[in-house]
Amino acid sequence: MKEPMIIIDGLSKRYGNLLAVNGLDLTIYKGEVFGLLGPNGAGKSTTILLLLGLTEATAGKVSVCGFDPRRQAIEVKRRIGYLPDDVGFYENRSGMENLLFTARLNRIPKDEGVARARLLLEQVGLAGYADKKAGTYSRGMRQRLGLADVLIKSPSIIILDEPTLGIDPQGVREFLDLIVRLSREQGITVLLSSHHLHQVQQVCDRVGLFVGGKLIAEGDIDALSAKLFESEPFVVEAGIACSDGKPLSKGEGAPQLAESLCRLEGVGSVDYSDGLFRIGCVRDNAPAIAKAVMDAGYGLTLLQKKSHGLDEIYHRYFEGGGPYGKTA
Amino acid sequence: MEKLLSRPRRAAEPLHPFWVIVGKEMADHIRSWRFIILLSLIGLTCFGSLYTGLNNIGTPKAEGTAASGSFFFLQLFTATDGTLPSFIVFLNFLGPLLGIAMGFDAVNSEMNRGTLSRLLSQPVHRDYLLNGKFVAALLVIAALFFSLTFLMTGLGLIFIGVPPTACGFLRILTFTLLTVLYVAFWLNVAILFSVRFRQPATSALMAIAVWLFLTVFYPILIRLAAKAFAPDPGGMALLDGSLIRYEHTVLNLLRFAPGQLFSDATTTLLMPSVRSLGPLTMDQVAGAIPNPLSLGESMFIVWPQLTGLIAATLGCFVLSYVSFMRKEIRAR
Repeated sequence: MKEPMIIIDGLSKRYGNLLAVNGLDLTIYKGEVFGLLGPNGAGKSTTILLLLGLTEATAGKVSVCGFDPRRQAIEVKRRIGYLPDDVGFYENRSGMENLLFTARLNRIPKDEGVARARLLLEQVGLAGYADKKAGTYSRGMRQRLGLADVLIKSPSIIILDEPTLGIDPQGVREFLDLIVRLSREQGITVLLSSHHLHQVQQVCDRVGLFVGGKLIAEGDIDALSAKLFESEPFVVEAGIACSDGKPLSKGEGAPQLAESLCRLEGVGSVDYSDGLFRIGCVRDNAPAIAKAVMDAGYGLTLLQKKSHGLDEIYHRYFEGGGPYGKTA
Repeated sequence: MEKLLSRPRRAAEPLHPFWVIVGKEMADHIRSWRFIILLSLIGLTCFGSLYTGLNNIGTPKAEGTAASGSFFFLQLFTATDGTLPSFIVFLNFLGPLLGIAMGFDAVNSEMNRGTLSRLLSQPVHRDYLLNGKFVAALLVIAALFFSLTFLMTGLGLIFIGVPPTACGFLRILTFTLLTVLYVAFWLNVAILFSVRFRQPATSALMAIAVWLFLTVFYPILIRLAAKAFAPDPGGMALLDGSLIRYEHTVLNLLRFAPGQLFSDATTTLLMPSVRSLGPLTMDQVAGAIPNPLSLGESMFIVWPQLTGLIAATLGCFVLSYVSFMRKEIRAR
């Protein structure tokens, strides 16, 4: 039985004319790593602020561990660790002092706080910098100190808003590995917001696609691609050249070819740019496509089947593909 | 205060988060350059005005006169020969500056450093931050003013050799409390602007503008406007009481500036011979014995001023409270 940790029901937030979050419904279960994926300005950060009670919702309900962040903010904040995208520390205090301040705000006894802070600083790789002033830390170090700061209160939910900004690739991997390990070992629920799809794909159990304040799809990567590409689960890419070897450009017969490809059985949509056709199919019918191209008197320079990764999904939904146009 | 001092001794129970914030804020204040500069400025003022006071205090006169023996000591704070302002005038000027300097970046600097969202995602109520900042600055200011006043009292004692009477000492204590209250008002104004404005420079400028307006321009405007409505002094004005009413109205309008309230109150507290803050008619003065008032009577005279200052302080606090509680806290 999965235990829901965060329940969002019909949540909306309006800023003047802008609807930043629009009727969001989402449930996140205990121990899972949930990725909130969306372009800048999609409403990810606003949703997170609403979860923490740092801003007020226009409509809808939120429940975190059974508490309402607006009315029982303390109970909620005791259980959530929040790492903003650009976390700040008191610059004239050392990293250790900053952590201890958080520990004291969480009523952790002094000895225990010191021990925990030491351990965490070691875990995030800042043991050697514990007594340096936080003002001297680099961006990546601040972010790692931020993770230690989140973990010192032993939260049951961690919310990370673009946590890997400014960390080098090696650091990102370690950072994400640490989060996943903690989630697995201690059953911590993680909500990770990002526009870096590869990171999300790498660590998240479940992903929600967030565009224009709406959650347009959620599920694991496989379920997501099946859902989004229900009508056309297969994509075939074909490089097409004229008989003289030049790529087929838009003017010369490409529309006609596209039309004839469309008439093929099982083909849903055809999309083309200079010499490259993207053919969405219900089933795998690359041979029929190849034959149709040959019959039309063109040459094939490339024919490959593509599976839907997050890349595909991202491209299609966030960068002005058809379905995005419809939802927006 | 008592809570603050007694809590840390019981090591087993962790400090309440509110006092954690207060402690951190106090440490920040004391370590900051800003505070050290203000401290030396106000320290210099104290010694400057101590010097003025000592030069102009004269000698204890016979009992029964205005500067009679029992309140001789208080002149240390008010006496001046006109070249250097007295201690109370200095405080009227520097107190607001201290309050503004300690509060103008209270909230917005936390916001700009990105520490606000981190702090408020900890299990603390939102008002802890605002109250904590206010209480911390107030404690620092109170400690500063009490030690300075006591230092002045002590040095004065050494130089003039006449100890203050118990009543005189109580007046000095009340005066110090009043000063702390006055600075607290300006602290609250500054905190209000720090909640309202994102840039610390803007909020500092706004606070200083308000202070300048209320201390310099507001009295000028009132006097200018008052001139236009002044009754003809040659006519019946004096007899039918309209001149008195006019003077009272002008004074009351001037009292909308907290600086006026403060100087009214301090003057009355430190000069026991002051028996009214407005004009008195000959009828009222006739038969009065030129005796200094008791502390209770002086307090009675300045009670409206005191209430006004407290109300203004609370008003500012409520405003900043309301605008902070509903504010959206974004990371940077």
